[in-house]
Amino acid sequence: MINTIVIAELNKGIIHSTTRELVTAAQMLGSSCTVIVPCTDSSVSDSIVSTSGVEKIIVAKSQIFENYDASGWASAIDSVTPQGIIITSASPQSKDLAARLAARRKISVVQDVVAIDGANLTSPVYSGKAMQTVSMSGNTVVSIRQNVFDASPDGGSAELSIIDASGNVATAVKELISRASARLDVSEANIIISGGRGMGSPDNFTHLEQIADTLGAAVGASRAAVDTWDDIPHSMQVGQTGKTVNPNLYIAVGISGAIQHLAGMRSSKYIVAINKDPDAPIFQHADYGIVATWEEALPVLQSSLSAMM
Amino acid sequence: MTKIAVLVKQVPDTNSKIVISGDSVDLSSVKMVMSPYDEFAVENALRHKESVGGTVTAITVGGPGAEKVLKDAKAIGVDEIIRIDCDSYLDSNALQSILSSMIAEEGFELVYCGKSAADTGAGSTGPGLAEHLGWASVSNIIDSNSEGGFTVVAPLNDGNAVIEVPLPAVITCDKGNTKVRKPNVKGIMQAKRAQVDVRGCEIPTPSVSVVNQSLPPAKPEGKKYEGGQSASEVARLLRDEANII
Repeated sequence: MINTIVIAELNKGIIHSTTRELVTAAQMLGSSCTVIVPCTDSSVSDSIVSTSGVEKIIVAKSQIFENYDASGWASAIDSVTPQGIIITSASPQSKDLAARLAARRKISVVQDVVAIDGANLTSPVYSGKAMQTVSMSGNTVVSIRQNVFDASPDGGSAELSIIDASGNVATAVKELISRASARLDVSEANIIISGGRGMGSPDNFTHLEQIADTLGAAVGASRAAVDTWDDIPHSMQVGQTGKTVNPNLYIAVGISGAIQHLAGMRSSKYIVAINKDPDAPIFQHADYGIVATWEEALPVLQSSLSAMM
Repeated sequence: MTKIAVLVKQVPDTNSKIVISGDSVDLSSVKMVMSPYDEFAVENALRHKESVGGTVTAITVGGPGAEKVLKDAKAIGVDEIIRIDCDSYLDSNALQSILSSMIAEEGFELVYCGKSAADTGAGSTGPGLAEHLGWASVSNIIDSNSEGGFTVVAPLNDGNAVIEVPLPAVITCDKGNTKVRKPNVKGIMQAKRAQVDVRGCEIPTPSVSVVNQSLPPAKPEGKKYEGGQSASEVARLLRDEANII
């Protein structure tokens, strides 16, 4: 069996829960899983030392990991990573890193994997309108979609080592621009509530924001909404030319379900659709559909959810 | 004067329905267009040239049928168009090796491409190409400025950052607020007459091969309710049936 190496996913200085999903994927792809933790503070690894299935944890400590620089990160991580199948998350940054690491080792990368069967890897293509299965031979870098594989539970005891990693940063951050809204981004959220042109006006998105606040959700938008209203930024757009999301729950409000939009959210675990048109295509993809205007449905949804929290 | 390359790929129109025939996607009746993010790459490349001077060369990899995207790029102002002749499946390492040898040989200093192609959605080509070349790269940029040093705006940590990029570099483009120019009649006429520079290539042995393509598994039919009051029942199901809330 080929050795597997998981690159831990970090978010805001802590190890993201998807890292344990990567360990599960690693166990399906090969044996003796090593986790590399790229970080500035070695104590972050505490949260995964007892993960079942992990043999070794290599904490790669370096100031380089404060801000992402593709070539610097790839060289630093490559220098501490043994040979084998490398597994990363499929977040935008980690896909970038996965491509860099593969190219550095002159091997191939397979992105956005959602199913593993031996050496066969399945990923969505054409924005989820089709699935493609490829077969890999030898060492490969594989990025894994979030919320697909079960998290590896506690029950292991990994051997831990800390290495000072180094790499050369190629680019220079001149200025950090903080996000205009403090709201969660759709690409990081486990629950998303999105509005379409059926919301009537960008001001009405405040009703979505209230529900988002109740659920700890992000607010998204359809392309039609983003194209129609300047106040709805492209960063909120879910769909083929926006962000592809994979949350546990996706609530589509006033969104008809154009092929473009479906492509970005159809793999969500649960889909709720609220639309006044009973024939809207979004209903074919919804687990729970509500034929109603948002004005009728959202206040009821809001109060029911608030009562549960 | 900067020698700029922009990578373009033809993909099915994003509004088209994908049909499976046998065990692979059948694109025979699908309209093919330039991958949407590549349009932003072309726009950024042209703006870069307009600001500092130089040339823009559009490059695609594919069979003769892939030349339309090169003509589209030519119609909005790129200087040269090159097709690397290869119609077979390429894994990421093979594609990046082919592109990197050509880009190094031709002496390009800056490569723009889309953040991912609308067909694979992988986004591996830009960063992988940069690594093959030993260049810097920044992915998913939403803005660029080439006056008085080259900077781009890209997502970083929790927000965005203005990042200074030394050349040579590969830049992959997201949508952002950049408006993409449309071709004019003169451009379209020039594109019609333009010669495509066709190059051969040596394909490295692939380590990844396609087994099959299929439609995503159909979702079981959901529950549908009439009227806004049913939202309370849906909230209950999200808690009791889906265990999400």
